[in-house]
Amino acid sequence: MIKKIALTITSAAVFGVCLNAADRINGAGASFPAPVYFDWAYEYQKATGVEVNYQSIGSGGGIKQISARTVDFGASDKPLKPKKLDRKGLYQFPAVIGSIVLVYNLPGVKDMELKLENKDVADIFLGKIKYWDDKQIKEDNPQVKLPHKEIVVVHRSDGSGTTFNFSYYLANVSDEWKNNVGIGKALDWPVGLGGKGNEGVSNLIKQTPYSIGYVEYAYKMRNKFSSAVIQTKSGKWVKPIEENFKAAAKYASWGPKNHFYQVLALQPGDNSYPIVAGTFILLAREKADVNKKVTAFFNWAFKNGDEAAKKLGYIPLPEDTKKMVREYWKENNIAPSK
Amino acid sequence: MQKGIDLLFENIAKIAAAFVLIVLVAIFWVLFQEAKPAIDEFGLKFLTNTKWAPNMDIFGGLPAIYGSVVSTFIAMLLATPVAIGIAIFLTEIAFEKIKTPVGVAIEMLAAIPSIIYGMWGLFYFAPIIRDWFGGNGLGLLTAGVVLSIMILPFMAAITRDSMNTTPDILKESAYALGATKWDVIKDIVIPYAKTGIIGSLILALGRAVGETMAVTFVMGNAHKIPKHIYDAATSIPVTLANEFTEADSDLYYSSLYYLALILFVISFVVIALAKFYFFRKIRRAK
Repeated sequence: MIKKIALTITSAAVFGVCLNAADRINGAGASFPAPVYFDWAYEYQKATGVEVNYQSIGSGGGIKQISARTVDFGASDKPLKPKKLDRKGLYQFPAVIGSIVLVYNLPGVKDMELKLENKDVADIFLGKIKYWDDKQIKEDNPQVKLPHKEIVVVHRSDGSGTTFNFSYYLANVSDEWKNNVGIGKALDWPVGLGGKGNEGVSNLIKQTPYSIGYVEYAYKMRNKFSSAVIQTKSGKWVKPIEENFKAAAKYASWGPKNHFYQVLALQPGDNSYPIVAGTFILLAREKADVNKKVTAFFNWAFKNGDEAAKKLGYIPLPEDTKKMVREYWKENNIAPSK
Repeated sequence: MQKGIDLLFENIAKIAAAFVLIVLVAIFWVLFQEAKPAIDEFGLKFLTNTKWAPNMDIFGGLPAIYGSVVSTFIAMLLATPVAIGIAIFLTEIAFEKIKTPVGVAIEMLAAIPSIIYGMWGLFYFAPIIRDWFGGNGLGLLTAGVVLSIMILPFMAAITRDSMNTTPDILKESAYALGATKWDVIKDIVIPYAKTGIIGSLILALGRAVGETMAVTFVMGNAHKIPKHIYDAATSIPVTLANEFTEADSDLYYSSLYYLALILFVISFVVIALAKFYFFRKIRRAK
């Protein structure tokens, strides 16, 4: 009798584990889109019973883990070049678009009251503009009362896809930045304090008066920060609002040929906010069955997840990009079976 | 039978003892192996180069090493006299009635997880440093002060315990000869407890040099040798905690291991030196 019960329990447990493994997708990587992935995963499990377990460990970690094949999908804010994808045996496609905003803690200056030329942003992060009432800043802000206080620059201390996209923007608006600092996920910052993660930067800005830093838009909304008006590629003033992020996203010329490799910063157009960034999913080429499960999740998210993404401050992919991603799946035989 | 058990026990004990050594050597070996590419690339220049630019594959360890050494030094400088003062108060001056509560409070302080010191340092202490000294509140000085508060209870508790071992007969003899309280503390208690005090300093130093979380919060995380003591800096464990998961180039990864190896060697040398000194004292005392 006891034996029988034990057997039942064991088999149930074994069966249960098997079932569990079949209904679970493991992913890891970028922290920038983590809030929206969490939301999608939660809704997806409610709708289909499949659990998506996403660990927000950073883009570098995501690339490392999918390269080592320890997860079902990796996520990175920095697109990998086609050559690197071939070497590591990976597929790549975009999942959602986010924006990076310049946030400041300047007592008395309200949200979107401060205007910064793109070049001035670079000069602030280079340490060349040291005070808030520098004439380069004053020039563009005649109405704003700027204090004679030192600017406290806040940046990321960990390697980060957000930093990659932000430094890409700086390198393209300032030669000095390009030559002396460059583009990357971790940099030799000329000035400033480092915070760990978007959260760390947010905390530092919140409690350091006269500070400025860059965070993902979702963190700006959550913390009710003030953010600066900056410039489009051609120098028009552009507010950090959803409409303008979308205007920039429209110009994304992603294509399946080079595995959607493209950095989205500084798109043309009169209303294109200059620092938007795609965030990417990486799949192991040899794992066709697992990949189908992952694409099923993202296919569901493309269909049902736009509202959630918007609410969290992200921009859903434009419809034609979604179409291209689906074709990319089909071409490589990793399209969801249903 | 009895002999067999004895033998078995002896061997198990031997293995356990050997295991510690094996782990020590193995850790050193792994650190060294992983650091090898960076050692080959940069050699000893790594120790003096101040530029840390992962995107250009340029790595120099000096800012992190400097931050570790200076923040630890500040912490020791502030904590040592206070810890010894607390210990003297508890053993020689305080009334019986307050000895226990103060003693317990100090031990409780040692039980607070380091992350809580970090949070307190970031939200409450950093603004004070900012207002008093300038800068933006996060930097070497803040880290040093937070560290000193963290290591204080260890130092105070061990120092108190070793002072407590001073035989009453020695102290009473001194009083009988007309010594004042100060004379007794200076010439009897402190010399007698010297080895214990040094031991507590070593333990505290070990904790301060390797402390990660609390320091990550208040150090400012900037790979620079700061101009002022209150400016942002970094330390070895802070760099590792911040950057290890994201290190994607091989040289980056290896350079972080190189830093870890340096940290390992620093703590090893400090403890070895202190032990050496410590043991010689004990031997001489005998």
